Amino acid sequence: MALQNRLQIPWAAPQCARVRTCGPKIPMSPVIQLEHVWKTYRSADVELHAVRDVSLKIERGEFVAIMGASGSGKSTMMNILGCLDKPTQGRFLLDGCDVSTLDRDGLADIRNQKVGFVFQGFNLLTRTSALENVELPMMYSRGSLGSREMRKRAEAALAMVGLSNRADHHPNQLSGGQQQRVAIARALVNQPALLLADEPTGNLDSKTSIEIMDVFQTLNEQGITIVMVTHEHDIAQYNKRCIVMRDGVVRSDSPVVDRLDAKTQHAALENA
Amino acid sequence: MTALATFNLALRALQRNKLRSLLTMLGIVIGVGAVVAMVGIGNGAKAQVEAQIATLGQNVILIFPGSSFSGGVQSGSGGVGTLKLEDAKAIADEVPGVVAVSPGTRVTSQLGFGNQNWSTSVAGEAPEYFDIRQWEIVGGAGFTEQDVRAAAKVAVIGATVAKQLFGEEEPIGQIMRVRNVPFQVIGVLKPKGTSIMGSDQDDVVVVPYSTVMKRLSGITNLRMISVQCVSEERTQAVVNGITDLMRQRHRLGQDRENDFMVRSQQEIAEMATATSKVLRLLLGAIASVSLVVGGIGIMNIMLVSVTERTREIGIRIALGAHGADILKQFLIEAVTLSSLGGLIGILLGLGTSTLLSRFAGWPTLTSINAIIIAFLFSAAVGVFFGLYPAKKAAALDPIDALRYE
Repeated sequence: MALQNRLQIPWAAPQCARVRTCGPKIPMSPVIQLEHVWKTYRSADVELHAVRDVSLKIERGEFVAIMGASGSGKSTMMNILGCLDKPTQGRFLLDGCDVSTLDRDGLADIRNQKVGFVFQGFNLLTRTSALENVELPMMYSRGSLGSREMRKRAEAALAMVGLSNRADHHPNQLSGGQQQRVAIARALVNQPALLLADEPTGNLDSKTSIEIMDVFQTLNEQGITIVMVTHEHDIAQYNKRCIVMRDGVVRSDSPVVDRLDAKTQHAALENA
Repeated sequence: MTALATFNLALRALQRNKLRSLLTMLGIVIGVGAVVAMVGIGNGAKAQVEAQIATLGQNVILIFPGSSFSGGVQSGSGGVGTLKLEDAKAIADEVPGVVAVSPGTRVTSQLGFGNQNWSTSVAGEAPEYFDIRQWEIVGGAGFTEQDVRAAAKVAVIGATVAKQLFGEEEPIGQIMRVRNVPFQVIGVLKPKGTSIMGSDQDDVVVVPYSTVMKRLSGITNLRMISVQCVSEERTQAVVNGITDLMRQRHRLGQDRENDFMVRSQQEIAEMATATSKVLRLLLGAIASVSLVVGGIGIMNIMLVSVTERTREIGIRIALGAHGADILKQFLIEAVTLSSLGGLIGILLGLGTSTLLSRFAGWPTLTSINAIIIAFLFSAAVGVFFGLYPAKKAAALDPIDALRYE
């Protein structure tokens, strides 16, 4: 699949200044910098530490898998990294901006500008065309884009995932793999600093999973930082770095050895 | 998100559940339709009554005999002749602001002309009566002060009498019999139509009051004094002036009630419109209740909609929507629903009042104000009842909302 050729980013990279709540940006800062982050849930008189004192750095261009059993705190980590939740304690710098102090709307702006989400269940709007789904994040961008510009960018993002010819299809007219590609296009359309994927292949068969991993690998080769949560070891094998969590702490953090290449795997599957 | 984009979004969301949107709107449609139709009917009735009041004349004050108290006996109102010709003269001479006065007396008489006969009310009045009541004489002329002094046997007849007694014949100059007394017809009055009480105002013969007293009945008490006041603003002062003068003339002490009644045209109009006002208020209240019920319907559906679309809301918030964006989205949806219902309701109400006036013959008068108010009210219902569901949607936690099945 000649994805690289299509992967031209046709518009300027976003400026930090577009996010009104963001402080001064430190140049060349890591995409993710967690400093002694805790997340504690209190129910009645029981304290549950979902994340305990995690410090972590993810640099630009990395491709990281976060693994762990259920209850390991990886979902909580995911919510914090995605700015859907705030740490109880500690500091979280996303693309050089301290997000631990932001309010609800400030977090929404950060999510809109700096994070691209890919979910397990795709989470596309039903009865809404692929193109309109991809346009959605731009609708909530505070800098006003014209509808023509939005359309142009959405079309470009769909082209990046190879779905130009499905732009006016509704999600229920698309296969699972195609839906996930639309979701990836949506995640990319605002040029985020981080692509965050939560079990992106969880609802897909193994062949489609490899196709999606191919998209991710291609995007990563273009310099896009990707963090994905998964519990499948073979999916983690496509990543560059693997973080394993257990009981709210990072158990291991190591580069992936014997990294799989999605294109070769796909070709092998086709030939078999 | 721009207002236009949000509005488009609301329209699409409503289109997705066409039947549901339509049924939800129905409450507002009926409410607004009822308001518009009811106000139309109410205004029509009011305009009709006002037109009838106007036939009374301009700035007219009427004085009627009231109940009197003498020797320990309280008579019923109008039972005793308490109004005298001298009272009318005194009012004309002494009360400032009075332009014209006509003492009135009435007898019911049998009229005859040739072999035709007709029973009607014969009114004895002064020549000023026609001015006071702004009653045009379309044929011939009215009688004069000279006729009053001479108790002349001349008559001005109403349109109904002219038709019943003379048919196609020219009545002016003819001699007709009133209680077998010959009277010359000298004028015909312009038709005035039905009075507020529902009686035919044109079924009347007007003659000099002195003629009635001397030649027809011999009764010298007055049944009514018609007074014309100089202006509408002075009416109340003139009413008070007349009351004071009459009390003084009738020697009524502090503890005695009036033995006469003074009614200004405004008071008569208010009395006549009071019932229709109550009716309109009642109908308005019922219509408002149905608007509120419609609003509750909208709230109900919006709450269902928010629950159904929890995941959608979660996605939007995750992708960067502020609480205000979500609030706007659902609020605009509710307002669109209710104002669309309002628009349909206005059309329905206009249609209903048109049909009523065409087929039932009810006078209806469409009021632009009522339409605008009904529309704004329906929009306000949308805001009021849409606010809670919209707030609920805006306050959703994206993590929970995304997990919602």
